[in-house]
Amino acid sequence: MALDAKIPHGEMDKKWTDYKGHVKLVNPANKRKLEVIVVGTGLAGASAAASLGELGYKVKAFCFQDSPRRAHSIAAQGGINAAKNYQNDGDSVFRLFYDTVKGGDYRAREANVHRLAEVSTAIIDQCVAQGVPFAREYGGLLSNRSFGGTQVQRTFYAAGQTGQQLLLGAYSALERQVALGNVKMYTRHEMLDVVKIDDKARGIIARDLVSGELESHFGHAVLLCSGGYGNVFYLSTNAMGSNVTAAWKAHKKGAFFGNPCFTQIHPTCIPVSGDHQSKLTLMSESLRNDGRIWVPLKKGDNRNPKDIPENERDYYLERRYPAFGNLVPRDVASRAAKERCDEGYGVGTTKMAVYLDYKDAIIRYGKIEAGKAGNDNISHEEIVALGKKVVEEKYGNLFEMYEKITGENPYETPMRIYPAVHYTMGGLWVDYELQTTVKGLYALGEANFSDHGANRLGASALMQGLADGYFVIPYTLGNYLADEIHTTSISTDHPAFAETKQAVTDRLNTLMNIKGTQTVESFHKRLGKIIWDKCGMARNEQGLKQAIEEVRALKKEFWSDVRIPGEVNAFNLELDKAGRVADLIELGELMCLDALNRNESCGGHFREESQTEDGEAKRDDENYAYVAAWENKGESSWELHKEALNFEIVKPTQRSYK
Amino acid sequence: MAFTGLFLILFLIVHASINACIFLNDGGQTFNEMAHFMSHNWIMRFLEIGLFAGLITHIIQGLMLWNQNKNARPVQYAYSQPNKNSKWYSRSMALLGTLLLLFLIMHLSHFYVGTKVALYAKGDAPHNLFEEMKEVFSINWIVALYVAGVIALFWHLYHGFQSAFQSLGINHKKYTPMLKTIGLGYAIIICLLFALMPISMFLGCIK
Amino acid sequence: MEHYHMNLTLKVWRQKNSKEQGKLETYQVKDISSEMSFLEMFDVLNEQLIVEGKEPIAFDHDCREGICGMCSMYINGQAHGPWQQNTTCQLHMRAFKDGDTITVEPWRSKAFPVLKDLVVNRSAFDRIIQAGGYISVNTGNAVDANAIPIDKKDADDAFMAAACIGCGACVATCKNGSAMLFVGAKVSQLALLPQGGPERESRVLNMVAQMDKEGFGNCTNTYACEAECPKGISVSNIARLNSEYLKAGLTTETK
Repeated sequence: MALDAKIPHGEMDKKWTDYKGHVKLVNPANKRKLEVIVVGTGLAGASAAASLGELGYKVKAFCFQDSPRRAHSIAAQGGINAAKNYQNDGDSVFRLFYDTVKGGDYRAREANVHRLAEVSTAIIDQCVAQGVPFAREYGGLLSNRSFGGTQVQRTFYAAGQTGQQLLLGAYSALERQVALGNVKMYTRHEMLDVVKIDDKARGIIARDLVSGELESHFGHAVLLCSGGYGNVFYLSTNAMGSNVTAAWKAHKKGAFFGNPCFTQIHPTCIPVSGDHQSKLTLMSESLRNDGRIWVPLKKGDNRNPKDIPENERDYYLERRYPAFGNLVPRDVASRAAKERCDEGYGVGTTKMAVYLDYKDAIIRYGKIEAGKAGNDNISHEEIVALGKKVVEEKYGNLFEMYEKITGENPYETPMRIYPAVHYTMGGLWVDYELQTTVKGLYALGEANFSDHGANRLGASALMQGLADGYFVIPYTLGNYLADEIHTTSISTDHPAFAETKQAVTDRLNTLMNIKGTQTVESFHKRLGKIIWDKCGMARNEQGLKQAIEEVRALKKEFWSDVRIPGEVNAFNLELDKAGRVADLIELGELMCLDALNRNESCGGHFREESQTEDGEAKRDDENYAYVAAWENKGESSWELHKEALNFEIVKPTQRSYK
Repeated sequence: MAFTGLFLILFLIVHASINACIFLNDGGQTFNEMAHFMSHNWIMRFLEIGLFAGLITHIIQGLMLWNQNKNARPVQYAYSQPNKNSKWYSRSMALLGTLLLLFLIMHLSHFYVGTKVALYAKGDAPHNLFEEMKEVFSINWIVALYVAGVIALFWHLYHGFQSAFQSLGINHKKYTPMLKTIGLGYAIIICLLFALMPISMFLGCIK
Repeated sequence: MEHYHMNLTLKVWRQKNSKEQGKLETYQVKDISSEMSFLEMFDVLNEQLIVEGKEPIAFDHDCREGICGMCSMYINGQAHGPWQQNTTCQLHMRAFKDGDTITVEPWRSKAFPVLKDLVVNRSAFDRIIQAGGYISVNTGNAVDANAIPIDKKDADDAFMAAACIGCGACVATCKNGSAMLFVGAKVSQLALLPQGGPERESRVLNMVAQMDKEGFGNCTNTYACEAECPKGISVSNIARLNSEYLKAGLTTETK
């Protein structure tokens, strides 16, 4: 099967306008007869369900949480990019497009990214109209900040809770449609399979997580907005419930999986404190604007960081990358921290952490404050006190969060940080219309692979989720549904529904009947360790081959020795988790396979075989300028399809931060 | 609750001011004149109906509130530490209110009934309320009950005053702290005045 | 920070489903690190129960970083436990000491029926939002984001109100089981913004009506909700709700 990305012809900046001008439409009377299923209600899902409901489609939306307001989009801190150029600093749609393609290390599809940049401005308008309380200046207009090393200020934000505010905006739009009867909401429901009839997605099998009962739902189209799969690493900044199940079931039903090995490791997270650790907490990237990162010069130096003198500290980012220093992109900063810790210079009880120090920033700000007050002859203590005040104003909530978790005061002692899995750029392969390789099955937001290439820039995830849901799918879905107006609703008594439901039932019963000795959690932890060690921040052929073997063995062990207490037809959190972990294990194997195949370093994917003499990532455009789209061919078997990436506008160059 | 509460708060100012006339120590002359005015002036008698309507509404609203709030939590916590997050008196308005109602029954039977009997049953017979007060407040346990009633009143007013403004939608960074202070001052002054009446009469300070 | 280990006695509410009666069960956990989060301590207990062949304790949780609002435990007599402005998931074990007994119960409210163990059904909150907690603007209808300047103070206040995570601690902690802080926060956010103007009256009336219908209690201004709110939502939002409600009730022309 040849992959057709269905990229419209014409000039890059005309493609989307042109597409919209010629796309097929569905008249309002027909929309009422068409049913759409939306799985997941984060930014992408809630915005899509709301927008499609507004258009008049009959929408059913599903989420596994107790309310759509809890989707993990809520945890995004920093902000959302938009090419508004409110700051008059030279921003434009083109620059946002350019930065995103370049930031993605030239592994994203240009046409999709350009469209993303184009609709970015409308997102901000829409959110403000919904009552999203973005930060404002004293004049009453919107405030912007810079983010992720771009040269313009294009990030809109609501303190450190931008994701929350955007999600609550989309959630309120969704609930409005629920009240109007256009959307039917199913909370505490989990999609467990896609139903296909005549090669088209026609519905889903979902499990009511409270009663444990399976339900069949018909839809003329199915939209997967189920987020990323960072939890394959067990420890990540994802929510505990984040999972790959919906996307994975779709994959097994014929949807290709794109670039599964592209995962983003965020450099500033609170490090693991022990074996009990269940998840990791991100500290906003903005901390690197003022903090300095270092490790002791001496291996295994156990002194209190305050007792280590300046000349015995290694500010390794400033040393290695004098031009960008502590502000190198996420992937570079993460790898550098790992390199130091692997060499034995790590700090803290686990030795898997580096210091993020605000001492200098506090003194610098203190001196500025003293200068402003015309007070040059004050003591060191007074300068520190003034500086702390400034730092508290800028980063107070982050410092507080750090103290809550670690019990340490970051104003006094340097923070310990370590990289953690944060986002997955890979996902279901979709064409320009966000349709997967299964007709009528779409993937939006983090669940698809499309816009971020091999590395996502800060404040771009929120943008993509909302772009897909508010402004892309309402057009592209119509193009498909226009041909479906003659398809009347298919009864869920149809044999395809019955068969799929039976298969899901069988799988659940199989899981319950294993009655082994090991807990689901213990398998998940072991999976995470394999993937983190061998398919994490640095990957090599030998390790990946080993990981594939280990994951396969783990899978076998899981299916023969997992213990799930409780009943199948009841509220059973262990059963829910078991199904998710089983899918993550299978995905883990594919991730390693993809990482093994891609023998180049790009973005978040670092193959040790492909580096420059001084240890930097080396891309191989000649051989790997493609999207790896994997087709499932049965148990542990995949076929690779390649979508060649043609860069018409942004010509690939090697990134350098020296 | 808030409207009737504030209305009753206003009434207490009038009630306390008139009663405070006993502290003039003029043998109850001024006080009895005021009392006569209050019971004979037709405007006052009209307002009296309003007062009872307000009081009864306040009681009925309170009972309804208590009932609804009780139903909102059919299963109680096995272990709860409400003192960690709120003041006892703010949580005890219904209890304090009930105590006040019991007190009020006693209080009315002492003073109100006698006045009305004199006015209607005995054809506006002369009635010396001041002497009646002296008589009632010569009994030690009654004085003790009055003081207890006033203490209940203090906590009820202390919470009720600022709570009424919050319920009417008034919460201001600048004015709310001021209102709270005024409320505290009001509760202290009113209750101190009321408590001093039976005590001073019992001790014979007022002749 | 000094790290230590502790043994604890836990009394946890166990209830098979919404129909059956529940009761407090006692469990022992050993060697709990002071660095663990409270929920990680529950993970340890659950692993232990599974190995012993028992059913683990069901509890709601998701983001474990204090923002999704899913976690909801009444710990030692306080919603979200002993720390101020904190969710259950962010509570850490250094709040306790060796030998402590900790009682853990679900939110108690008629409007939040228990589904299992510590899990309650909070869909009443969604239905209150459906009654009017939104601005009716279809996708694509918006004017430019900077077309209407908003006083920074109003925008900031709206943000502070919008910080509500919908966890229900306010209801759980209120002696009356009132949801006024939750409703007040949403009504305030939208009342403070010019975009919320057109539906101002109907919004507050409908949301309050739905709140009453769900069986929440009434506010008697004990302010326990503010003290226990993990996001520090101010009771001034309840005052604003009251004032919006009074104004709307007096001026509305619909019955």
